[in-house]
Amino acid sequence: MPKYEHDGRIYEVDEDGFLQEPDLWNETVARDFAASEDVPEMTDAHWVVVNYLRNYYLQFGIAPMVRKVVKETGFKLTQIYELFPSGPAKGACKVAGLPKPTGCV
Amino acid sequence: MPEDQPKPTPLLDELETGPWPSFVTEIKRAAENNPASADLLGLLERSYQDRKGHWKHGGIVGVRGYGSGVIGRYNDIPDEFPNVAQFHTLRVNHPSGWFYTSDALRTLADIWERHGSGLTNLHGATGDIILLGARTDQLEATFQDLTAAGFDLGGSGSAMRTPSCCVGQARCEWACFDTMKFCNNLTQAYQDEMHRPPFPYKFKVKASGCPNDCVAAIARADLSIIGIWKDDIRQDDAAVAEYAAAGLDIARDVCARCPGQCMEWTGAHLTIDNRDCKRCMHCINVMPKALRPGVERGAAILIGAKAPIVQGALLSSVLVPFVPEAEIEATVRELLARIWEFWDEYGKNRERIGELIQRVGMAAFLDGIGLEPRPEMVAFPRDNPFVFFQKEDTK
Repeated sequence: MPKYEHDGRIYEVDEDGFLQEPDLWNETVARDFAASEDVPEMTDAHWVVVNYLRNYYLQFGIAPMVRKVVKETGFKLTQIYELFPSGPAKGACKVAGLPKPTGCV
Repeated sequence: MPEDQPKPTPLLDELETGPWPSFVTEIKRAAENNPASADLLGLLERSYQDRKGHWKHGGIVGVRGYGSGVIGRYNDIPDEFPNVAQFHTLRVNHPSGWFYTSDALRTLADIWERHGSGLTNLHGATGDIILLGARTDQLEATFQDLTAAGFDLGGSGSAMRTPSCCVGQARCEWACFDTMKFCNNLTQAYQDEMHRPPFPYKFKVKASGCPNDCVAAIARADLSIIGIWKDDIRQDDAAVAEYAAAGLDIARDVCARCPGQCMEWTGAHLTIDNRDCKRCMHCINVMPKALRPGVERGAAILIGAKAPIVQGALLSSVLVPFVPEAEIEATVRELLARIWEFWDEYGKNRERIGELIQRVGMAAFLDGIGLEPRPEMVAFPRDNPFVFFQKEDTK
């Protein structure tokens, strides 16, 4: 099982670097994973996206569709990519501690 | 792990025995210089032995600023095949009509030998240049080199996929509009939709210059733009007579095979009742010197095809029977805006537009995008005795 380490804290992750146990998530975990996704600092705007994803996941057990993220957070999709350069699925979901979204090619 | 002798691959070797070029032969050649290709052969041989694929499903990798263009690939026995533990695919946007200079191809090949396995697939089903086999730590560097050479990544995931088109007017006299220009303009216009997936699922746009449909848009594109003419087939009687003199059985091989049954050959003269012509191209394909598409040219726009992945296959339905050449691009862009709005609002996760139309009904879809129903949208418009009226129409 691959590991991800930041500031001495070690997490079990999958091969794409997603947290293996979503229950372990907290704000410190989010900041640690942000460092792996080209997010140098978690601003209020970052937290809006991350908290939305987190709450949706806790309520429904899956990641929301992109359109919902855009609608509910009020950010345009391009703004979300400015916040999370690797995008909502890879970047923001990873920081929010969600399991890897099941996508397709 | 140094390998002096390649491992035996008896099952894969079978695939080299037929009369056709074999991808196994090509991968073996690549394996002489590249350990990833050697492991790829080993992994595939193992898949044949075990009768199961050893690629894991999914994987999320990418480059900065893009949510598509790279498809993550990992194998499930990485300890045995470490050189293909990460074997990601890059989709690279192809030029309209797949025209390259040899210099461009060499540049691509050089970039890919520097950063990846060197294996390519020209071209994938979307039309993109497919680069097979990158490690995660090479993705960003590959992307930088590609963009420096003038290339960009294509679409993947729930995005607008890289638009593709037939060679059109560059090589083909039958093309009823400039497919290459259309394809390029569309690609430039929808960079956001291609690189940053915004939709419920994939969306493919393909353009063919005539109903021969060389990119098979009608069977697989969510939106197909197919060149067509509105007036009569142009006919050269002297050339028709030449075909007959050369032994072509016009009655049997042309008229009898016309799906509109609109052609008659008297033995000396060919007549076409163009009102019943279905624009199938058969007669033109058989007698290209004698018959040509008309001069009032444009395109038909169709919607909703897909190959079977989540659900079964669908063929396209007509959305706009004819749009003049000069108005094709503006019409398509207006339609795309309305279609995407509807799909985004009502589409379920991983539901193609054709499946959504099946679920809600074509009438509701047309109403949603503000188009009037027309007889051309129905396969057999004169055959159905049942007429459904909306409530407000009956007052």
